[in-house]
Amino acid sequence: MIYSLCLLLILVGLYGVIVSRHTLKIVIGLVIMEHGVHLLLILIGYRAGGQPPIVDPGTLPALFAGQSVDPLPQALVLTSIVIGLGVLALLVALCVRLYERYGTFDVTEIKRLRG
Amino acid sequence: MLVLFIALPLAMALLILLLARSRPALSDWLANLTLLTLAVLSFYSIGSSELYHMGGWVTPLGIDLRLDPLASLLLIVVNVVSLAAGLYSVEYMRSYTAKDHYYGLFLLLVTGMNGVILAGDLFNLYVFLEVAAIASYALVAFGCAHEELEASFKYAVLGTVSSTIILIGVALVYAVTGTLNMAHIAARISEIGMTSPLLLAFGLFICGFSLKAALVPFHAWLPDAHPSAPAPVSAMLSGVLIKAIGIYVLARLVFNVFGIGHGELTVLRWLGIISMVVGALLAAGQSDIKRLFAYSSISQVGFIALGLGLGTPLGMIGALYHLVNHAVFKSLLFLNAGVVENATGTRNLDELGGLNKTLPVTGVTSMVGSLSIAGIPPFNGFWSKLLIILACVEAGFLWAAVVAVAVSVVTLVYQLKVQRHAFFSDPKDLLTSWTKEPPLMSLAMAVLALGCIALSLLVITGLKTPYLISAAQETLMRFGFGL
Repeated sequence: MIYSLCLLLILVGLYGVIVSRHTLKIVIGLVIMEHGVHLLLILIGYRAGGQPPIVDPGTLPALFAGQSVDPLPQALVLTSIVIGLGVLALLVALCVRLYERYGTFDVTEIKRLRG
Repeated sequence: MLVLFIALPLAMALLILLLARSRPALSDWLANLTLLTLAVLSFYSIGSSELYHMGGWVTPLGIDLRLDPLASLLLIVVNVVSLAAGLYSVEYMRSYTAKDHYYGLFLLLVTGMNGVILAGDLFNLYVFLEVAAIASYALVAFGCAHEELEASFKYAVLGTVSSTIILIGVALVYAVTGTLNMAHIAARISEIGMTSPLLLAFGLFICGFSLKAALVPFHAWLPDAHPSAPAPVSAMLSGVLIKAIGIYVLARLVFNVFGIGHGELTVLRWLGIISMVVGALLAAGQSDIKRLFAYSSISQVGFIALGLGLGTPLGMIGALYHLVNHAVFKSLLFLNAGVVENATGTRNLDELGGLNKTLPVTGVTSMVGSLSIAGIPPFNGFWSKLLIILACVEAGFLWAAVVAVAVSVVTLVYQLKVQRHAFFSDPKDLLTSWTKEPPLMSLAMAVLALGCIALSLLVITGLKTPYLISAAQETLMRFGFGL
């Protein structure tokens, strides 16, 4: 059930990317999509009532693995957020440059390439 | 040694940005020496299989890099084409500012592609894919003119969507199998079979990587992005990027990780056939020389996907052989187009003419490239297309073979159009500054043209020997792969 909410968030983002005409809104759509996937990843590693994945000295590894949430997806999400930040910076820079050249944020008016 | 393919270009990219600020000659030297080292190293990877544990952490815990014949084939292709494009950049990029930034991004692109080829687990594959993709978005926009920014924005948006789709696939695979290591995933999938979440992940991967490989109907960004970039970057994007982060990963996932049966391969086959036909027909209608080559890339990548989609050993050999060949002749043609554009100031075929007399090296090498891509014997393109067509017949898809032959004819038609309009017709009065090509540009083009001829020798030697293509094919055919 809760997984479908992630899917919904991803689809909301995709809808934004496809439908909006404003370049920055397209970028926002992409970010929403990305965070939908991040939530999905976190949910995959989640365990109801699990402890944070930090080993206390003295805990048995097997016992710990049975109780903690999965730390791997959290590491993936951290990496992915950093990548997302890089892409976001580049996309916003492109939007600004596009505005300088074309004087508009409207993608339907940015159409020199044809054919 | 394996880690050098990633560490060396990454370190040099940063070093160039630090040291070579406002010293373009130094950045030329540093970048090209790096690329030369990588190209030489890539030949040493032939025939060896290796598993490298990053930081000494063993397999279930750490990050693996793995080298097998398929990876070494791709490494050679990527690094040799990068070297040619790098040499060409020395003179070509003089008209742009900030050469250090250019080489920094260029080396990051190489880092990303080498990383994707060597990555042993899905998530690192995704990370390196993003490194390559972000570098390529920036390189497409490098000139900051209207068209370049527009193309880059389109490319970046579609590229980010495809990366997100791929990440969903990675998440699903992790949820089902509990591991990210590709060999472990393969073992796990052969145990539990293709359950429906895995099938969904497979579909997501097909969509995501087809977008990266620009297979029709996922191709909309390519005809804008590839022509708008500076010529050496176009050569890299069309020549190797769509293969390293598109076709290669598709092949790896479909055959090695998922171990797909013939039913699911239908998708790949159809993507290939549609790309082949649509790409060729659209290419024939273009009058912009670089845009024509970009559409032709879609068509040729379709051939590769068709060969892979057959799922037979012969189809696989044909596909891999065509992958290597296409990397060589398409990057050559884009470098030629760059010379034509720089010398005459236009890319429009209707305004060009008689360049054979003024640009002899470009004339000869583009002739070699055109004949190769059109599949005229004895050039390399003929043999790989022949193998794919034979494989179609052998696998019982006679109609696919007929379509492939027809597409080859269309390819010949549009390549002859380029030759006739740009190089053979009466000279027009448009040559502004150049009387002949600068030496390094000529060298880069000559190396690739010689590659076109030399690669046709592979049909005699390489297909049977256990070195390259047959070894790579075996890697793909073997169900699953070891640790």
